[in-house]
Order: sequence, then C-alpha cells, then structure tokens
Amino acid sequence: MSNKNNGNRATKTDILVTKKYRKRSQIGDIFHYLKFNKGAMAGFVIFSLIIVAFLGSLFISWDAITDINVSSRFARPSAQHIFGADNMGRDLFLRVIYGTRYSLAIGFGAVLISAFIGVVAGSFAGYYGGKADDIIMRLSDVLASIPGILMGMVIVTVMGQSLINLIVAVGITGAPVYLRMTRASILTVRNNEFVEAAKAVGIANLRIIFTQVLPNGLSPVIVTVTAGLGITIIVASSLSFLGFGVPVPHPEWGAVIAAGREYTRNAPWITTFPGIFIMMTVLAFNLFGDGVRDALDPKLKRR
Amino acid sequence: MIRYVLMRILWLIPVIILVSFIVFALMELAPGTILDAILAQAEGMTPEGREQLIRQHNLDRPMIYRYGVYMLNLLQGDLGVSDHTGLDIWTMFINRLPNTLILSFTALVIGASVSIPLGIAAARKAGSITDNVIAVFSLIGMSLPLFWLGILLLLLFAQQLAWFPAGGNNHGIRSIILPALCSSVGMIAMTTRQTRSNMLEVLRADYLRTARAKGVPEEAVIRKHALGNAWIPVITAIGTSLAAQLAGSVVVETVFAWPGIGRMAAEAVMARDVTATTGVIIMTTILYVLVQLVVDIMYAFVDPRIKSQYINSVKKAKRKKPPTLAPAAAGGTSK
Repeated sequence: MSNKNNGNRATKTDILVTKKYRKRSQIGDIFHYLKFNKGAMAGFVIFSLIIVAFLGSLFISWDAITDINVSSRFARPSAQHIFGADNMGRDLFLRVIYGTRYSLAIGFGAVLISAFIGVVAGSFAGYYGGKADDIIMRLSDVLASIPGILMGMVIVTVMGQSLINLIVAVGITGAPVYLRMTRASILTVRNNEFVEAAKAVGIANLRIIFTQVLPNGLSPVIVTVTAGLGITIIVASSLSFLGFGVPVPHPEWGAVIAAGREYTRNAPWITTFPGIFIMMTVLAFNLFGDGVRDALDPKLKRR
Repeated sequence: MIRYVLMRILWLIPVIILVSFIVFALMELAPGTILDAILAQAEGMTPEGREQLIRQHNLDRPMIYRYGVYMLNLLQGDLGVSDHTGLDIWTMFINRLPNTLILSFTALVIGASVSIPLGIAAARKAGSITDNVIAVFSLIGMSLPLFWLGILLLLLFAQQLAWFPAGGNNHGIRSIILPALCSSVGMIAMTTRQTRSNMLEVLRADYLRTARAKGVPEEAVIRKHALGNAWIPVITAIGTSLAAQLAGSVVVETVFAWPGIGRMAAEAVMARDVTATTGVIIMTTILYVLVQLVVDIMYAFVDPRIKSQYINSVKKAKRKKPPTLAPAAAGGTSK
C-alpha cells in the first residue's frame, strides 16, 4: 500500500520536474497553474455548462421564444414549462437559454473593445511618454470621471437601442481601466536592455511596441481582462434592466427581469431564473479570473 | 500638501469642461429630444414665427455657441430648467442630493463594519474552513447583479413578510434598510477580499516576525503592528466604493424608487431631457471626482511613506518642474 503510494508520488514529481524544465508559452503557463486551482476548475465547469446552454440555444427558433400564447400565461414551473411562463405565455426556459448568446456576446465583445482601446492607447502612452502620454492619460482620466452607467445610458440613447450599440457603449466606458493597466505595465518593461537592443538594431518603434514591449508586459492586462468579463456582464445587464439595452422582444436576461418585475408577487419565477443565470455566468468568470490572477502572480506561483 | 490639493482642484476645471462638452454634444445628437420637438413645432408656423422660435433657442447658431451659453450660465450656478417639466435643475439636484448621501453613507457603514472584521478573520485563518466559506460568499456577492438582489429583497421582505416598505423614503428609518443593505452587498464582497489580501501580505512581513520574536503578545501584534499597515489599502477600497456608490446609485435607486440623484439621472436620460441630463451628469461627476480627491488626501495622511514621498517630490519639483497629478489608486474606476 505504502509502496504503491510512494511509487505514485515519485512519478508525479518526476513529471513535474520534467515539465518544469520544458519551455512553456505564457498561455500554456497559465493553463498549467490553473489545473491546480480548484476555484478556477469550478469556474471552468460552470462555464462549460453555459457553453452547453449556448449551443442548445442555437436550436431554438425565434418564433418559439416570441410567439404569444394566451393559454399558458403565468404558467407555474412544471414538467411542460420547466421555468414556467411569462406574462405573454412564452416559455421562460427557452427564453433564458436563448438569452445566453446576448450575455456572452456582450461580455466578450465589450471587453474586447475596452481592451483593444486600452492596450493600443496605453502602449503608446507608456512607450513614448512625454506629451503623448500626458494627452492620452488626461483624456482617459476625463472618461473615467464620468460614472460608467450614466455614460453608457447616454451613448445608448444617442446611438439607439441595439445589441451592437450596447456592446460599444459598455466597451468605451470600460476602456480607461485597461489603458491605465497597460501603461503601468509598459513603463516597467520599456527600459529593459532588450528594448534598447531592438532600438539599436534599428527596428521601427511600432514594431518594437508590438513585438518586444507588449508581449512582456501583458500579464497584468490578461488579469484585468479575465476579471473584467464578469463586471462587464453585470453592467450590461443593468443597462438592459434600466431600459437602455437590447430592445424588447429579445430575451436578454436583464430585460427579462425588468419585464417580470411587475409580476413578482404572482409570478416570481420570471425574475428569479434569469437572475440565477446572470449570477452563475459572472461567478464562472470571477472564479476563472481569480485563478488566472493567482497563476500570473509570481509571489504565489511556486507554492 | 496644500499645493497638491490645489492642483487637484484646479484639474477639476478642464475635467468639467470636457465632461460637459461630451455630454452636451452627445445629447444634442440624440434623436427625439426637445430640439427635434422645437423643429417639428416650427414646421407648421409662419416663416416669421418659425424664425423667431429658432432664434429664441439659438438653433440658427452652431452647437458650440449653445454650449458656450450653457457654460456661461453654469458659471453663475444656473443649470437651466428641465426641458419637460420646467423645474429648475439646480434646485432639483440639491433637493435630491441628501437622499443619495444618506443612502450611500448608511451602506458604507454597514459595508465597512461587516467587511473589515470578515477580511481580518479570513486572513488570520488563511486556508481554514472559515476562510474558504468567506471566500465563497464574497465571490457570490461580487457576482450578484444588484438590481436582481434588490427585487428579491423587495419580494421577500416587503411583499411576503411586509417588514419594510416596498419603496420610496417616506417611512423613516424603515425605508432605508433594504436599499442600504442591497447596495452594501457589492461593497462587502470587494472590501472583504481587499482586506484579506492586504492583511495576508502584512502578516507575512518581516517586521511582524521581529515583533513576535521580541515576545509581543499575538493580539497586540495584530492590533498594533499588522492592522496599522493593512489599513491603508482598506481605506482606499472604502473610499472608492463610496465614490462608486454615489455614481452607481442609479440601479439601486431605481429598484427601490429612492428619490436620489441616481434616479434623477436615469429619469432625465430616459425622458431625453437634454438640459437635465447634462446638468445632473456634470454635478455627479464633480461629486465623484471630489470624493476621489478626498480619498487620495486621506491616503497620503494615513500612509507616512506616501506623505514623505510627496514632500520629497515637492522639494525636487522646486528645482525641476511641478509635480504631476497622481491619478486615483489603481482599480479606482467604478461601474
């Protein structure tokens, strides 16, 4: 018994040792450490379930979630309607599952926009310094001093209610966080010898930024991106809830909650289920984000 | 120090100018505002009447002219009147501000008194069951959409149990409990995590080992040596969440029908009221930036390292150039 255990332990450390000296990419590195993180794995499991829901939603027709059915109005959760039905008799389970695509699109889309603006502007500010830095940072400070939800409301009002506009609005208001993070990270990298070497060889500044500086200062940005996914989904669903999101028949979770609010007394399931889905999605991203943060933290890494 | 504060307050001026310009310009572009209504009204008028109406609202001038007029009025404390109700916006804002302040401070007190002890407990027993339970709950708290939590609280405590009123602020202290509880949840989750990680970092520091080696009792080690240093980021966390609450009050105030500035802003944007929206956003931004400034100053006061760093930089600055404006602590943006 003990022999067997010892044998197992030995092989395990052997693998670890050989792995330790094999060169891994940065992304590979993150996944390597995530495997040992229970929270991140829990997040991964929840996220897989959400992906399954998303894949399932591809088989739901638009008519199935928008057709009004008077006979099943306010139907309680039952075998026929697992999550019950809403005030127009539409099956809530289908609507909530269909809503997965909006939250995923908003989460990834908006973070992509924020991160793109933030990383590009932040790299320029950090790398060039001086006047460019001053102007970019002051503009970012101005954008950051307008409360995010208010700014999102104004942008959606101007551009009109649609999924794309909501993504753009949330993406723009989120950019300053990524900008500040990227700039701070670039500042620590730009004075390294390899940057000087690249300059001496005569590589163009833009190319130095994107091939030398940025890849070496990316880990805090990756942490911000994974942590930002959850917050972004909450902000976007709050905007939808307030009536500044995806327009009405679309079953975006925040909008479904807003529509079900009037009926909480008699049909609490309309608000309950989409809320649980928002919470689980955000929780998955937060768990995963924590895992990525720990994986990239040099202080915690070797423990 | 005074110089720094003055610089930060002066920095407010360009911020206000830019913020008001962005909001003013965006709202003029928005469809369905008062400007469209005026133009539609002018359609059916005689040429003279139309010209008079258009001139009265400066619609024959470029947008920048209307913005200039707006800013001149703003300098005199005049935010204009609402496009729809004709009420004075400055008066509306001042009437509603105390409600938001009361709500934010109550939430802050609840949040701080729950999250700091929890964070310290979690850090002292890092890796234990207590720590894990606190970690799970704070993660769930961070993942809750506040508007949903608010609806659930109302459903349970106002509709089913009828312990608290279902909204508004006309029931004295009973009406503030649910909204304050709701808006403190996000803050509790964030601050608990922040306190825990700061405390952990401090607990591993060498000077604590020194203190223990000297034979200082464990309680005194925590209270005198550890807490003093763990405080600083916690204060920032609390300050930023106060700023976040002032700004993000839109959601909670809407759910609980709380008559504060957040709901005023939401109503103004929804009604496409250009003047009211611009006014309330400018005022909220000023408030938001001022709170962040207070946090930064407090930060400098609590942490002698930052203070001395600052004094050194002023001494250097006298030789070189004025100190750059330090932005609020990282992660200080809110949603």
